Amino acid sequence: MNRFDIVGHRKIWYIFSSTIIIAGLICMFTKGFNLGIDFTGGTLLNLEFEEPVDINDVRTIMNDYVAGNTQIQMAGAQNDSVTAQNVMIRTRDLSQQERENVLQGFKEKLGDYKILREEKVGATIGSELIMKAVWAALISWLLIIIYISYRFEFKFGLAAVLALVHDTLVVLSVFSLTQKEIDSSFIAAILTVVGYSVTDTIVIFDRIRENLKLHFKRGGDIEALANRSIYQTLTRSIYTVTTILVTTIALYIFGGDTTRDFAFALMVGFAFGSYSSIFTATPLWVTFREYSERRQAKKRMKPRVAKQ
Amino acid sequence: MRRESFVKLAVVVVAVIAIFISFIKPLAYSIRQGLDLQGGTHVVLEGVDTPQAQVNDDAMNRVVKIMETRVNAMGLTEPVIQREGQRRIIVELPGIKDPDQAIEVLGKTAMMEFKDEDGNTVLTGTDLKDAREETDQQGQNVVSLEFTDAGAQKFAELTAENVGRTISISLDGQVLTAPNVKEPITGGKAVITGSRSLDEAHNLALLLRSGALPVKVQIVETRTVGPTLGQDSKDKSEFAFTIGVGAVVLFMLVFYRVSGLIADISLMAYVLILLFALKMLDATLTLPGIAGIILSVGMAVDANVLIFEHFKEEMRLGKTIRASMDSGFRRAFVTILDSHLTTILASIVLFFFGTGPIKGFAITLGLGAILSLFTATTMTQYLLKWLIASNIIHDHRLFGASLFVEKAVKE
Repeated sequence: MNRFDIVGHRKIWYIFSSTIIIAGLICMFTKGFNLGIDFTGGTLLNLEFEEPVDINDVRTIMNDYVAGNTQIQMAGAQNDSVTAQNVMIRTRDLSQQERENVLQGFKEKLGDYKILREEKVGATIGSELIMKAVWAALISWLLIIIYISYRFEFKFGLAAVLALVHDTLVVLSVFSLTQKEIDSSFIAAILTVVGYSVTDTIVIFDRIRENLKLHFKRGGDIEALANRSIYQTLTRSIYTVTTILVTTIALYIFGGDTTRDFAFALMVGFAFGSYSSIFTATPLWVTFREYSERRQAKKRMKPRVAKQ
Repeated sequence: MRRESFVKLAVVVVAVIAIFISFIKPLAYSIRQGLDLQGGTHVVLEGVDTPQAQVNDDAMNRVVKIMETRVNAMGLTEPVIQREGQRRIIVELPGIKDPDQAIEVLGKTAMMEFKDEDGNTVLTGTDLKDAREETDQQGQNVVSLEFTDAGAQKFAELTAENVGRTISISLDGQVLTAPNVKEPITGGKAVITGSRSLDEAHNLALLLRSGALPVKVQIVETRTVGPTLGQDSKDKSEFAFTIGVGAVVLFMLVFYRVSGLIADISLMAYVLILLFALKMLDATLTLPGIAGIILSVGMAVDANVLIFEHFKEEMRLGKTIRASMDSGFRRAFVTILDSHLTTILASIVLFFFGTGPIKGFAITLGLGAILSLFTATTMTQYLLKWLIASNIIHDHRLFGASLFVEKAVKE
């Protein structure tokens, strides 16, 4: 049976991934991210009014008491409606007095409300969080390279880490493109994706290692071996990504507003984590292996040339 | 042997399903819930250097002690007060009724001063022995003070020297009351009038009783989740869990038939053990933590899928069921170990760098990886062994092998 030559077409996958990532990077540098108050510092107020209120009234009251940028979101039955009971307000870090004024204003002009959620984060805490996140990502990458190099060899480790950097960049790109809000749970999502991406890659690498040991003689067709390993693990890859996406989609649809963006990040990450194991990590390993083989071949050639 | 294996298998299958159905909910609800689920307020305080007092380890430890006194007076079940890093303190107030008031009480330095008319400080909070709120005969809400012996002496001197003049009592530089001294007070007692309500008097008394903070603290973060949202989050996660796990269970049955049933049993056992471990570790279950559990179910399936795929592959090579199972397990184990260890690595990093809810997520994810390593390699293996030994399955297709066998023939 002729199976599609995945590794042989690797230039296509490299171009595909590079295109997404370059577009994403351009987007990241021009549009940036929609960072939540966890990162920027600020105040978040989620109120539920007894009667539906109009977004314009909410905005007017906010502008009366608070100078500066304020985001107001009406959550409710209709997404595009201007009136709702459930109002989400994001603004800068308000002082105790400003906050009291705003809440007093709401009560007087729009009626009674219940506070569903309220958050107030200082700006320094936010910037610390970004640093921590970057460190966490870098350290986990380093540990993974070390672990795989120890269990396999460095070429596998490098390919696996490049694949997960690829997945991280894709998730970041999607969040920059869609301008979905990034909060502290996004860091958890990214690191989960990192864990999953490596796990998924390792399953194929493990098969490659086994095939190398059992069925491979020096100078054999490395591309064919990589392809065979991919196809031997394909059923597992499909089943696993299906079950994990099902649980993530359940979380996305039914988990409520608080976990929706978190589940979305995971969905994108898992999908690309599975993709990259087959279309990025394995081809990259083949590329690295062929490169080092060529170099060794050259080295072997040289002394002979010198002797002649 | 055959009969014995079948009985073992049947007992475990029935027991796990029965325990899962009857205990999953009470077990899940008996784990301590984070503020995002039960509602409450999370406050982060930070020590600030001032010319009068620099932040140091000793001062922060004293601040923690004082915060404990202040928080304990709020009468909450299981509040949390802990230091984080050099100069931060995290305070968690589950189920607090009036978050605004609580936050105000926590943020106060509570430096009390008694001053004479010229502004000289004669007594401070350290001279106090006790402070209680009361309603006096005129129906006024007051805070009655009792001084230490040294304090009583100083207060007697202060009042004796200032008959006919005003003295002032202030908290954090704000004058609370400035009474006119009619006669010297020697009994070591005084009252502060002017509280608008008994509640306000209660808070003032509490602040005075717990003493002044040795350093200035600043509130750098507050997060409040109302009880309505908490309940809503709980309901929604419960539903997402049911749907997510239900779908996985169904999928495994469809993909792998009898083996799938075995995998489902070992998945249920996995979820039960995970919840039990969280309870035993006295972990706090947060919303991201629940997300972590739901996800870990999806990941725990992977170990079973790996085993079954190897199993089918060996059968395709023409080995007997038993031999296929043995070598299938051996080959799958290496992969499962490598893949789980990387997840554990990632969750360890997450644990050390994360704060609050993210730590909760890291714990469930890491613990989940360790436990699923265990259930997949022991539980699934034993159940499959018993299933094969009981010899009730003669058709390989019931292991989900049909697709493969046909494909193998075509090739």
